[in-house]
Amino acid sequence: MTTTPDDTTGTWPGTSAAEEVLDDDFDDDFDDIDELSHDDYASAYETTEGKVYTVGGGDWDTIEAPPEGEQERLVVNMGPQHPSTHGVLRIILELDGETVTQTRCTIGYLHTGIEKNLEYRSWTQGTTFVTRMDYLAPFFNETAYCLGVEKLLGITDQIPERASVLRVMMMELNRVSSHLVCLATGGMELGALTAMIFGFRERETILDLFEMITGLRMNHAYVRPGGLKEDIPAGSEQTIREQVALVRSRLKDTANLLVDNSIWMGRTVDVGYLDLTGCIAMGVTGPPLRATGLPHDLRKSQPYCGYETYEFNVATQTTCDAYGRFLIRLQELEESLNIVDQCLDRLRPGPVMVEDKRIAWPAQLSIGSDGQGNSLEHIRQIMGTSMESLIHHFKLVTEGFEVPAGQVYQAIESPRGELGAHIVSDGGTRPYRVHFRDPSFVNLQSVPAMTEGSFLSDVVAAVASVDPVMGGVDR
Amino acid sequence: MTEHDSTSEVVVPEGAVTLDVVEVRTGAFGVRGSGDTSGFGGVVRTVTLPAPSVRPYGEWFDDLADELEASMGAAGIEASAIRSVVVDRGEITFIVERERFRDMAAVLRDEPGLRFEFCSSVSGVHWLGDEGRELHVVAHLQSITHNRRIRLETTAPDSDPHVPSLVPVYPTADWHERETFDFFGIVFDGHPGLTRIMMPDDWAGHPQRKDYPLGGIPVQYKGATIPPPDERRSYS
Repeated sequence: MTTTPDDTTGTWPGTSAAEEVLDDDFDDDFDDIDELSHDDYASAYETTEGKVYTVGGGDWDTIEAPPEGEQERLVVNMGPQHPSTHGVLRIILELDGETVTQTRCTIGYLHTGIEKNLEYRSWTQGTTFVTRMDYLAPFFNETAYCLGVEKLLGITDQIPERASVLRVMMMELNRVSSHLVCLATGGMELGALTAMIFGFRERETILDLFEMITGLRMNHAYVRPGGLKEDIPAGSEQTIREQVALVRSRLKDTANLLVDNSIWMGRTVDVGYLDLTGCIAMGVTGPPLRATGLPHDLRKSQPYCGYETYEFNVATQTTCDAYGRFLIRLQELEESLNIVDQCLDRLRPGPVMVEDKRIAWPAQLSIGSDGQGNSLEHIRQIMGTSMESLIHHFKLVTEGFEVPAGQVYQAIESPRGELGAHIVSDGGTRPYRVHFRDPSFVNLQSVPAMTEGSFLSDVVAAVASVDPVMGGVDR
Repeated sequence: MTEHDSTSEVVVPEGAVTLDVVEVRTGAFGVRGSGDTSGFGGVVRTVTLPAPSVRPYGEWFDDLADELEASMGAAGIEASAIRSVVVDRGEITFIVERERFRDMAAVLRDEPGLRFEFCSSVSGVHWLGDEGRELHVVAHLQSITHNRRIRLETTAPDSDPHVPSLVPVYPTADWHERETFDFFGIVFDGHPGLTRIMMPDDWAGHPQRKDYPLGGIPVQYKGATIPPPDERRSYS
């Protein structure tokens, strides 16, 4: 039984005078709002906390009528909370039956203002921000940023050999863990759940190594301008060797599962096609570019961190499709593990930070009973015996070092392609502007080119083969 | 000595560099209007970017500049379109007139001797104190053919934030320019759909401009209050 307004008075039964007044006010408010804002997509009303929008859905037919001759226009909104979009990515698809006629990617759901925040911290603190961009490849973000800052400082030649070797080792281990996630989540999105279990299992061994070396599984801030935060723990070379051997032996499991698997091939062969012309026009780099047959790898063409001295092959395929990208990632896993072995072979004792004490981070860390922490010895020295050390420590940590004015662009080969850091200094102790050219951001632009005209299910495979990481896309 | 006498009428010696001053700042530690008696409030600091370079640039930069000048002539672009060339830290920057920004990119992409077929990124820098050219648009171009990188830069005043879009030349510039518009308010003329990409559609302002506050709230830790990052002591 529902109540209805009384016909004679036009008020609801039982309405008191006071409530009538309230009702009038409420109506007035609504009148105002209608005048204030009218939004086709989101109705709005004022509250004491500000304006509140209610975003409606299913209003696509009111935006644009279907063209002449078309029966209906089906718009499917996929994401941003969809399990197969590889993160908080929203894809708006226009369908004709099962065929995709238009694809539009919407991003920005994970924008955290990292670039803006960097402008309010010291150069060294910047590492802790950039490591959170592409969260599956933190060492690449850190290294790109630090190489750029070092170029601005003009100390690229002074970086100790051991620091560079360790940077390469951490990056290659990271490439392995990142590609494993790509295979794992990509496999999961296409229904290959065993590949997902295997991928995450192998990745866990790499994350254990990261935890042993940096203290954290992600967001390491391990690479610092001038070198590294600290050396690897004593005796960890042996552990790394064992874990690398373990991962190498287990990689065969994943490969056996998917290579030449007819279901996997049915989902990926000739799916997400993008040829060389398309890749260059859309700025696509990394495995999708190498899947067109172009052996473009910045580690070879514009080496950094001494990559020219390592032996490895650039994996290429000529299929331009999702299957080719998958094969490239498998091969790169092998190559990366080999580079890690080479790094371990050439590790020699030595410093991991530049000698220049005006740049080198003064904090010394050690492993305490509760994990990693400050070195009591170092604290005893600066607090008890050397006032000068304390002053330098304090100045360098709070104020930081100055970087001569200018701008640089430093690009490195991340698991997803060209990761570029455009760093601008005004001569101060903080970055004036840092912009990251994230490969996920650029590669994601090519999804419409890869998917329009294909089936709806191929969209998932195409996005998975690009392997976008939304933390890097949105920054 | 005799050599010095013979050139004495030249006031500015040949090859001297003119500093590129972009901002003059006063005071210290980010403190304003506090009745400062320390004297630090009187500190004046000029922010200067690396000065324009003069030939020879060194490395492969001279060959590239020769090739570019010849190609510009063939394409009907006046030589004055290049405002200055900066060679700094092993990188070369061509700062060009904004009217010719896209034409220059087309020449750089199409000429076989240049062949910058790959646009890595387009982004902006806001130099708040650089009057008349507050907004810088920076494009990083790469030639995979010749394995070279250059930077193509142009400027626009805050009062007229328009720059030709690179999308007709490099389709990949689409999202880069949307992001630059979103964060700096730079309008790329000729862009197929210049809308916000990171911030919500109804967002007011352009967050990465230097006159846009970072925002933040003070944080309490063990009884002490730490101000938000943009209100903390600043050294630069």
